[in-house]
Amino acid sequence: MTHRPGRVLPVVTAPAAVLSSPAAAVDPRNPDIAQLAADLVATMRVSPGCVGLAAPQVGAGVQVFVLDITGHRKARSCHGLVVMANPRILDEGPAKPGREGCMSVPDLTGDVARATTITVAGTVPGTGEQRTVTADAFEARALQHELDHLDGLLFLDRVVGTHALHARKRYL
Amino acid sequence: MGELAVAVLGPDRPGVIAALTEVLLAEAGNLTDASMTILRGQFAMTLVVDVPVDVDRVEADLAPVADRLGLLVSVREVAPAVEQPERPQPYLVRVHGADRPGIVHRVAALLAARDVNITDLTTRLSGGLYILIAEVEIPDALDADELSAALTALAGDLGVHATLEPSSADLL
Ligand SMILES: [Zn+2]
Repeated sequence: MTHRPGRVLPVVTAPAAVLSSPAAAVDPRNPDIAQLAADLVATMRVSPGCVGLAAPQVGAGVQVFVLDITGHRKARSCHGLVVMANPRILDEGPAKPGREGCMSVPDLTGDVARATTITVAGTVPGTGEQRTVTADAFEARALQHELDHLDGLLFLDRVVGTHALHARKRYL
Repeated sequence: MGELAVAVLGPDRPGVIAALTEVLLAEAGNLTDASMTILRGQFAMTLVVDVPVDVDRVEADLAPVADRLGLLVSVREVAPAVEQPERPQPYLVRVHGADRPGIVHRVAALLAARDVNITDLTTRLSGGLYILIAEVEIPDALDADELSAALTALAGDLGVHATLEPSSADLL
C-alpha cells in the first residue's frame, strides 16, 4: 500500500486531450508512480462524492487508478481502498445500464451499460504486489469507469442513447 | 380532418402543455406522438394530433394561448404515418470534444452523403465541451465499418472523438 502522504491535485476536465488518449503502462515500483497513487487517493478523498479517480484525470497519462466505494448506497461488494497500476480485466458478466458521473465531466451524468460483475487484476504501486479484485454492482461499475479512463474513454463514449445524457444533480 | 403537426417554441414555464392541450381537447383532438424538451430555458415541443377540424381552425384556437405565453406556434397537415415493415438496425453516433462551429453540420453532412438517416439527436454544450449523440439508420447497402472509418477521419479533422456502435434496444 501507499504510505506516503498524498498531495491534492487539480482535476482535469473534458475536452482535455489526456482524457481521450490511452494511458501508458508503468513500472509500479517507480517511487514517482507510488507518489502519484498517493496523490490520487488524497485528491479523491477531498472531492465530495468522488469514489474513484484515474491518473489521466490529474493530467498523467499512465495506467494508475484508485477507487473506494465504501458506504455508497448502491454498493454490494466493497473492497475498501483499491489502488492499482496496469490493471486488466480477467472476467466480466452480463451488462446492465445505470447512471454514472465523472469529475472530468462535471455538469453531466449518463446512462451506461456496464458488466454487473467483473474481475480485475493489477499491481499495487510501491510494493509491486499483485492484486485481484472480483466486484459486483456499484463497485463493478466504478472499476469499469476507471479502467475506461486508462483506455482514453469517458462515459460519453458509452452512453446508451440520445436520451441518456442528464444534467448532473449530484456526484456519482 | 386527420393528423396535424403542431410545433411550439417559447420561454419555459409551468402550464404550457396544459394550456396547449386544453385547446386541442376542446376540438376533440387526440394526441398521437409528442416530444417536448427544454433547451437553454426554451420550451420546444412538437406533437401530432388527430383532430376533426382544419389547420386554420386549430391555429386560430391556439393564437390566444400563444399570445398569452409568448409562444411561437405553427400548425400543418401531415400525411398519415406509413408503417415500415422492417427498419434497418439502429446505430448510435457519439461525438465529443472542444466546442467549435460546424461539428453538427460536418457530422450530419457526412451521414447525409451516405443516405444515413438521423432519427434522434441530442447535443449539449457544457462549458467548453460539445457533445453530440445521434441515433441513425444505416442503409443495408452501406458497410458500418466504412461509415465508422469515415466518422473517425472526420473526428480527427475536427479535433473531436467519435464512436459508432449498434444501438442495443434492450438496454433501456
Ligand atoms: Zn471518471
